[in-house]
Amino acid sequence: MQPHLIKHIWNLIKEPLDGWLMLFLGLIFLLSLMVLYSASNQSFGKIDNKIVYTMLSLLIMWTISRTRPQLLMHLAPPVYGIGLLLLIAVHFKGVTVNGSTRWLSLGVTRVQPSEILKIALPMMLAWFFQKYETQLRWWHYAVASVLIALPVALILKQPDLGTATLIMAAGFFVLFFAGLSWKIIIGGLVAFSASLPVIWSMMHDYQKKRVLTLFDPMQDPLGAGYHIIQSMIAIGSGGPWGKGWLKGTQTHLDYIPERTTDFIFAVFSEEFGMIGNIILVVLYLLVISRGLMITARAQTLYGRLMAGSITLSFFVYAFVNMGMVSGILPVVGVPLPFVSYGGTATVTLFISMGMLMGIANLRK
Amino acid sequence: MDRPTRLKNVQAEESQFQVRLLAAYSVMIILFVLLITRFVWLQVFQYQHFSTLAQNNRISLVPILPNRGLIVDRNGVVLAQNFASYTLELTPSKIENLNATIAELGKLVDVTARDMKRFRKLLEDSKGFEAVPLKVKLTDEEAARVAANGWRFPGVEVKARLFRDYPYKELTSHVLGYIGRINQQDKDQLEEDDKTTNYRGTTYIGKTGLEAIYEDQLHGKVGFEEVETDSGGRALRSLKRTPPVNGDTLKLALDIRLQEVADKLFGDRRGALVAIDPSTGGVLAFLSKPGFDPSLFIDGIDNQTWAALNGDPRKPLINRALRGVYPPGSTFKPFISMAALETKVIGPNDIRPAPAVFTLPGSSHQFRDADKKGNGMVNLQRAITVSSDTFFFRLAWDMGIDRISPTVGQFGLGSRTGIDLDGEAIGVLPSKAWKAKRFARLGAAYSKWLPGDVVSIGIGQGYNAYTPLQMANATAILASDGVAFKPHLVQEIVDTSSGKVTLLDAKPERVLPFKRENFEYVKQGMASVLQPGGTAAAIGYGLKYTMAGKTGTAQVVQIKQGAKYNASALAEGNRDHSWFIAFAPVENPRIAVAVIVENGGWGVAAAGPIARGLFDYYMTGKIPAAIIDQLKTVPHEAPSSNATPLD
Repeated sequence: MQPHLIKHIWNLIKEPLDGWLMLFLGLIFLLSLMVLYSASNQSFGKIDNKIVYTMLSLLIMWTISRTRPQLLMHLAPPVYGIGLLLLIAVHFKGVTVNGSTRWLSLGVTRVQPSEILKIALPMMLAWFFQKYETQLRWWHYAVASVLIALPVALILKQPDLGTATLIMAAGFFVLFFAGLSWKIIIGGLVAFSASLPVIWSMMHDYQKKRVLTLFDPMQDPLGAGYHIIQSMIAIGSGGPWGKGWLKGTQTHLDYIPERTTDFIFAVFSEEFGMIGNIILVVLYLLVISRGLMITARAQTLYGRLMAGSITLSFFVYAFVNMGMVSGILPVVGVPLPFVSYGGTATVTLFISMGMLMGIANLRK
Repeated sequence: MDRPTRLKNVQAEESQFQVRLLAAYSVMIILFVLLITRFVWLQVFQYQHFSTLAQNNRISLVPILPNRGLIVDRNGVVLAQNFASYTLELTPSKIENLNATIAELGKLVDVTARDMKRFRKLLEDSKGFEAVPLKVKLTDEEAARVAANGWRFPGVEVKARLFRDYPYKELTSHVLGYIGRINQQDKDQLEEDDKTTNYRGTTYIGKTGLEAIYEDQLHGKVGFEEVETDSGGRALRSLKRTPPVNGDTLKLALDIRLQEVADKLFGDRRGALVAIDPSTGGVLAFLSKPGFDPSLFIDGIDNQTWAALNGDPRKPLINRALRGVYPPGSTFKPFISMAALETKVIGPNDIRPAPAVFTLPGSSHQFRDADKKGNGMVNLQRAITVSSDTFFFRLAWDMGIDRISPTVGQFGLGSRTGIDLDGEAIGVLPSKAWKAKRFARLGAAYSKWLPGDVVSIGIGQGYNAYTPLQMANATAILASDGVAFKPHLVQEIVDTSSGKVTLLDAKPERVLPFKRENFEYVKQGMASVLQPGGTAAAIGYGLKYTMAGKTGTAQVVQIKQGAKYNASALAEGNRDHSWFIAFAPVENPRIAVAVIVENGGWGVAAAGPIARGLFDYYMTGKIPAAIIDQLKTVPHEAPSSNATPLD
């Protein structure tokens, strides 16, 4: 009797979930707990928090994965609209931290509306292309571009180059899978390259400094270059096999900045070495492969576009974070997906995973 | 326009979508491979480089200072030592408003005007990043007060430091010298000598005297502690400790009690005294009067005190024993006597006239004797005893300079003795070559040796000029029948960790190739000087041991080495300098001395009694009555261990 009940509940829980994704994410999560334990100097405070918000996120993911994607799709215009309004509100009434205005104060807590757009924008675009699926003309792409440009411009103004880039990428991936002409893509790339000097002149000093020290961190070893140099030392000194779990000197002697959040990869890399890095990259690649498989099998255009955009965005997060920590990309505040400590980003990620699973379920 | 069929459109769309998926997948894989390439580069190819950087981050070397070696006298009395005390140190680069901070600190500790002056001067020399002491030797109470208020003063620290103490101050200033803060010049020198590593964390270095000469032995070897540090520079734990090797202890031949007796016998008079053990070359006493307090220099001297010391007409900073050059006067006679006997210009039994006046053949110039009646016919020994000038005028004339210089030079006159102090003066041993070189600028008429030049050399005047150290050394060589040691202050160097003792200059440097009977002959003449009929009979009155000596009176000539030496300031001293050289006991000399009292008049008047008092103490342990109440170091009446009374 009792085994039967447990089995019944187990089936109920796992029914909407994708087994492969759960396996890969579970392995990443285990690694992330190990590295967080080390990065927080073997204290359980952050571990406990992480487990709690991960459980909450899993619940949200589970709920979303059970929800029909078509139902969620209809929420796209209002969510997108609310997101835009909140971004405008940030512009006028936002809370300024470290020179950036990214947050809205809700009394007890603060919310970051740009986080909403990470999902709302691709949803909105996918809804839009699904709606005009059979009659797509060039101007549909133009309208879609405007839908992208509005939030991106608002976020750039905060300023938050990292998030703006991620959101623009998420939107672009929808356009890409919706069949945006190669000519326009290549033309756009050329135009983008040509406009780099203009973008450069519009960048804030701290952003320019970050880009400059990317190319030569030694230029400012005690200032802007300090973080990246120390994190490269951590990675390099990890060597092929790593210094061993809990044995990273750069980590434990406080040389790695932001070592539980944006730079947690340096901690991982120091202690687990190149082998650890390759394992992590392979795990990410497996998540991405599974995501693309779901994308390929998606039944509706909305499903394809959403699944494609979510998967490629996931890649971008992982790649940009590891790239910046290892010194081949500029330092923009992008967390390492599922590993970096931080509730908001994790919730957003699990929501997108829930949507991915929901799309996969539709096929069944 | 006919539209393509719905089905075809869907198929086209489908294949286009698959192509794009594949394209995206390929790009992602390529980018991941790129990332892994980066890891391989950093973690395999650059591993050594980054590993070293991480190690450098992790470990910092903290120097552990060795304790500077002690300096003790021959009986183990401490002459230079270390003591721990608190200093109040300011790091200007970390302080926003220096004046305000100092004003605030002034409410907690007593910052005197002198402290301020010295601080300003050190500040000028520093680069702003190093801590500069505002006040040294805080009381415990002051240190506690500053420490309790420390949070109010960023850049202000109370540090426990080792200080150097010279308990005998003026008494040892010209022997020990002093240490001082390492300045830029010292840093450059350390750099040149490749010693910077050993001086990491060291604040002081020997500047003059024994402190400078034996710097390497006194300093010791710095130790290091490998400390794991975090990014804030905080030390977390010690990984490895290499203990420092403390500096060696210098044990001097000098007897501080003898030194103090000499000092008190001098009283306020200016001059110098050097006493040497003829059987070892060890310097028993080394005094230059007046001295100065060396501790004034350790933490930087303020301009005002410096000006006062440097401008003092008594010139306390000049080491007269080492650098003061004086004509030897009649104390030269025993040495020229040795030269005359060795060159056989005169025999021991030859009788020569000692008239009131000596006149050169073919000249009307009269060289007068000090004794207006003259001394009749005397032999060389008697001429020494009565110090007949005319006898020695003629002797010098008979010998000629070419026979005088090389023989007298054997006693070390006119060359550096090689004592373990820096800046020794050479003096002048006159010779034809010396004069030619000395006056070359003025042309042949002045630089040519004239026959008359030799005459006054016979009585230690003319070009003759020697340091008190040289005279003491020459007397010691004479006393030991020509066995010459290099005079030395430091007798032993004691390795404090192993207890290993290194003896210095234990062997004679050379033996003069002179006949023993000639030494005995001259020494007997000197012994008679202190006996009735001798020029210093008064000095020899009541002797409980045997003593030989020679008085000397040098015409006032300013100290040649110190051009700063202002003759007009000494106008009080138109009197001659008073010399006395002596040794005792005559048969088996244990002490030889040279004393000069500037402007002291006749040798027998000023310098003689000092030598007698010194010998009385050294030979019998008896303290001269005149100074018995002034002595700090000598236990009253109790004879010192090395001063055994004669039976």
